[in-house]
Amino acid sequence: MIGSPAMSMNPKTLPRPTPETRHFWEGTKQGELRLQQCDACAHVYFPPRPFCPECASRQVSVVRASGRATLYSYVINHRLPKWIDAPYAIAVVQLEEGPRMMTNILGVPQTPEALVLDMPLEVVFESVSADIALPKFRPARGGAR
Amino acid sequence: MKPGAVAIVGAAETTKLGLVPDMSQIQLHADAALNALADCGLTPKDIDGIACAAEWPTELAHYLGITPTWVDGTMVGGCSFMLHVRHAAAAIAEGLCTTVLITHGESGRSWVGSQAVGINQASLAGQFELPYGVLGAPTMFTIPVLRYMKDHGLTHEQLANVAVVQREWAGMNPRATHRDPITVQDVLASKLIAYPFHVLECCLVTDGGGALVLTSAERAKDFPTRPVYILGTGESVETPLISQMQDFSSSRAFRVSGTKAFAEAGITHADVDHLMIYDAFAHLPIYGLEDLGFVGKGEAGAFIWERNTAPGGRLPMNTNGGGLSYMHSGMYGMYALQESVRQLRGVAPAQVTGAKTSVCHGVGGMFGASGTIIMGNQLP
Repeated sequence: MIGSPAMSMNPKTLPRPTPETRHFWEGTKQGELRLQQCDACAHVYFPPRPFCPECASRQVSVVRASGRATLYSYVINHRLPKWIDAPYAIAVVQLEEGPRMMTNILGVPQTPEALVLDMPLEVVFESVSADIALPKFRPARGGAR
Repeated sequence: MKPGAVAIVGAAETTKLGLVPDMSQIQLHADAALNALADCGLTPKDIDGIACAAEWPTELAHYLGITPTWVDGTMVGGCSFMLHVRHAAAAIAEGLCTTVLITHGESGRSWVGSQAVGINQASLAGQFELPYGVLGAPTMFTIPVLRYMKDHGLTHEQLANVAVVQREWAGMNPRATHRDPITVQDVLASKLIAYPFHVLECCLVTDGGGALVLTSAERAKDFPTRPVYILGTGESVETPLISQMQDFSSSRAFRVSGTKAFAEAGITHADVDHLMIYDAFAHLPIYGLEDLGFVGKGEAGAFIWERNTAPGGRLPMNTNGGGLSYMHSGMYGMYALQESVRQLRGVAPAQVTGAKTSVCHGVGGMFGASGTIIMGNQLP
């Protein structure tokens, strides 16, 4: 299978933003992957929270990530939910800025042969509802950002 | 905590394990509790401290007719019972109560009187993991292992072999769910669940429960059972998001919990006669052996392959057959503790001759939490 794990999303698996994460989900709708950076110690982190998990400073800024990443680890799920019709990879990617995030890998067969650890990836945004666009990744074409 | 100040005097599992559709979850707690109390000659009226997970302690107290002066409802997943033992030992040593009952019951297969707990869509896991198609432990707990395999050279055969060796132990245990021998080829040819994991590398899904009774070592002398002393304990938590685990080849919670338990017990790895490492999936004993310091980084796959943990090996591990072959109702920690107690009482089906010291290491909520209990059948 090429491409998206064709997620006709189950509404029960849609993210429900909170005040602390809203900037992230506003960003994905605008085609931006947003991280946070501590103004005091420069630590870049994810997932969102309004203080630095390294030094606890509340002085933090939202920063736009490059969207470049590498494939860090994954599984290919073969026990399928009703709303998905073929095995799909659940991946963790290593962002260029340091943090890791869970995602799906698009534009590539969902097989061990095609999904090679450390392969370069770039972010794409998949609109899954009126309010939510999910950051997903595809093999790098040298773009991103 | 002083090693050996508190002892396990009562221990038992539910009368039936595996498929128990005629019992609700709370009754599995009670069945195990009544068996453990009978084991040490007590009744619920003798209990003044209770701990359990998945059911409220309030439910348990009411159901069994107990009026406790100490209560622990710590729920961090499958190793909650290791934490209960640790907390109970501290509470008894501090005089908050004298006799603690820890129970577990789970209708994990039949789903009688139990309730599924979903991921809250507004939690961090709900926002940043759930949308990517995670579906329970087989699709989350397993994610780090490909990274481990690439970085440390673990092979698919070595991973499969964890299940093969544990089946050998299960073959000696009449209560084990699966007892027929399997080969590495059998494992690798079994149904894929979440690549690289096949069904034989994933835990069973069963019904059952277990209970423990703890009291001071001084009072333990008056009980009919052989005391199993608590020598050292540890616990920690890291993150509820598998994607945010700091090191995909090592659990921080394992390292913190294990280090604490060994330091408290004042023992070295050479002193350990018997080991239980919670095996919800085949990679956990590999991470556990390394994070607890029994072998070096990247060595555990070969260590198991060379039969060090198999019957006749120098470090017998998961001697009941483990979560992969014995039973796994969802939260397995209680069954690991039960096997350590049986080994130290000298009554295990696959008894390790002369076992004096057992390490029992649990995991909970994927790699989120950990608890380690070191037990012995002699006072230090």
